[in-house]
Amino acid sequence: MLHAVRVSCTGMLVLAFVALAAAPARAQDPQAELKAQIELLRQQLDALQQKVAALEAAGGQRPAAAEAPATPPAGATPPAAGTPPQAPPPAGVQVPEGAAGAGGPTGPLPVYGNTSALSKIFNPDMAVIGNFIGAAGKNDVAPIPALRLNEAEMSFQAIVDPYARADFFLSASPEGLEVEEGFLTFPTLPGGLLMKVGKMKAQFGKVNTMHAHVLPWVDAPLPMTNLLGGDEGLNDSGISVSKLILNPVLFLEATGEIYNGDNGVFASHKRGNLTYVGRLRGYRDVTESTNLDVGTSFAYGHNDAGPDATTRLFGIDATFRYRPLQEALYKKALVRAEMFWSRRDLLAPGAEAKAFGAYVSADYQLTRRLFGGARYDFSDRAIDPALRDKSGSLLLTYWPSEFSQVRGQLRRTRYAEGATANEILFQFLFSIGAHGAHVF
Amino acid sequence: MKKFTFVLAAFATAVLSAAAPAQAALKVVATTQDLESLAKEVGGDKIETDSLAKGYQDPHQVEPKPSFVLKLNKADLLIVVGRELEIGWLPPLINQARNPKIQPGADRYLDASGFAHILEIPTGQITRAMGDVHPQGNPHYWLSPENGRRIAQGIQKKLAEISPGDAAYFAQRYADFDKRLADAEKRWNAEMAPYRGTKIVTYHRSWPNFVETYGLNVVGYVEPKPGIPPSPSHTFELTQEMKKDNVKIIIIEPYFDAKTPNAIGRDTGAQVVTLAPSVGGAKGAPVADYIQLFDYDVRTLVAAFKAAGVK
Repeated sequence: MLHAVRVSCTGMLVLAFVALAAAPARAQDPQAELKAQIELLRQQLDALQQKVAALEAAGGQRPAAAEAPATPPAGATPPAAGTPPQAPPPAGVQVPEGAAGAGGPTGPLPVYGNTSALSKIFNPDMAVIGNFIGAAGKNDVAPIPALRLNEAEMSFQAIVDPYARADFFLSASPEGLEVEEGFLTFPTLPGGLLMKVGKMKAQFGKVNTMHAHVLPWVDAPLPMTNLLGGDEGLNDSGISVSKLILNPVLFLEATGEIYNGDNGVFASHKRGNLTYVGRLRGYRDVTESTNLDVGTSFAYGHNDAGPDATTRLFGIDATFRYRPLQEALYKKALVRAEMFWSRRDLLAPGAEAKAFGAYVSADYQLTRRLFGGARYDFSDRAIDPALRDKSGSLLLTYWPSEFSQVRGQLRRTRYAEGATANEILFQFLFSIGAHGAHVF
Repeated sequence: MKKFTFVLAAFATAVLSAAAPAQAALKVVATTQDLESLAKEVGGDKIETDSLAKGYQDPHQVEPKPSFVLKLNKADLLIVVGRELEIGWLPPLINQARNPKIQPGADRYLDASGFAHILEIPTGQITRAMGDVHPQGNPHYWLSPENGRRIAQGIQKKLAEISPGDAAYFAQRYADFDKRLADAEKRWNAEMAPYRGTKIVTYHRSWPNFVETYGLNVVGYVEPKPGIPPSPSHTFELTQEMKKDNVKIIIIEPYFDAKTPNAIGRDTGAQVVTLAPSVGGAKGAPVADYIQLFDYDVRTLVAAFKAAGVK
């Protein structure tokens, strides 16, 4: 064990010498350069000596275990941070105080971890997000189970090659396993274009593009359910192309998408029955702490009423955010409204159902880990616009860390048929694996 | 249907109208103001610089605003801190930037941590039970002058590679910065020398390179684990520890709530000092460049040591 450490230390020293020898001289006087290098080497040597001393001390306490068959690393083993102390003591999970770095001034990024980590290098970033939902209270119209692991979302994300990256989101739910999204993104196309190909959530408004675990509520607002095809929303296989329209005033992005035409809203009767989605999004920082994000979207495609029946959807969304930079950990507010119009051809020739739905939602950060929220939403039903459901919610969310949250939602829904449902929904969200970043 | 054809056509036109941006001075975008300042030292008036996160902002907690996409879209060179400091916000920005040059692994994507001496690289198994641990080492490495020098040199080489005609200019600018930094280091070392070995407490693990440079001894953190807010039990233990060790200084960053450190300070008699963790990171005091950052921090800390009666 100690022998192995010494060998690896020697290896590191040799590597350090080689790295220093290879380092091009600075424009300064060579004497000073040499001094700096010696100083650096001295620091590294000190750190190594400390490490060896610590290991010797630890080894002295556990003679039998520590002297277990040492496998001296062959010369081929990369010495950088290799050979972690075997059989780490319980304190081994702590970040070592001031552990010496392995990165030389010009050397390549060292590889950390052991051989099993090496074998994982090209694996995609993986994460699993659990979404556990519970409900109490009475709802005769659209009840959800009292307790249920609603979804386990698995994500696999990686760069494919120098030209593309891929993102997969698999959703395992009591209904089964499905590819929620799986698409290829080309971020390096000429002409400032960004293209995505695969199955994905259509860029229609805001809430339609969000995964369940990033919604600020336990449930989805009524227009999603009534007009956009339920929790899954507009989510289909297709191609998306977007472009920044550069101008001095604001961030402006135009997106055009073509989908196969089978999803919660649209139905394709033949190959040519595609769904078309377009979106124009504008964004501007109002001040350093506040910004405004507005967009308009439309979607067009065939529906299941008949071979020539179509559905047209229009949407407008606006979001105002407040987050002072210096207090970003503690203060945040967001107000968002979305409106949706649906024009749906019915079975009878010339008959059209005109439905409207909207929601307004506000979130406010109360303390570093506590968030309050409110939402009012209503929507006609796409097929029978005379029926309008209305709902109001109050929310409280607690974040133990950025990887888990607990949320409660008091919801009162007044269904068009006259029934009223008062419910308490609660949710546990938890994430393991790679630290994913979300699109703003 | 006609209406939709028209709308579609309008979108198509918007999508395809390629506005070719004019190429002027080399546009360098850095994720933090520290890296921007170092780039400015070396690049002088041959480059235009910009940065994303402000110095008084927690660099872990930046929002990936679309306005940043616009900055990245025009960048000729992107300099990042790396070591997963920006993992929560930079990847989607780069992805949306529609700029092939600055994609990770591309020629104009410069990870400054490759030049720096990195501390606290975890060995062995790490889990999130340890808090928000950076598996590739502590990313707050810019807080040692030697690392600043190395990063500046790395940027100088990259700029010379991009713009070979100005290589001599960049080399001269770097030599000048190196000299000014060396002079300043003598000053800082002299000012901090009496306090070598002083025991201190910091809020977050932002200062390992800084304390290593000046030989300070961090005996505890206000956070129980990186990224986890202070808990009453940890605060109690820390207070006991500080009383036992007679710790008189608590260093905090401007973006953390000072309530807990202040309470600890009242209990233990320690001074709470807000240092600038980055260029632009001090309230009411101009910390406009990399050398001023250390000027400010050393001055503030020495004043606090004196006020606390350390030595």
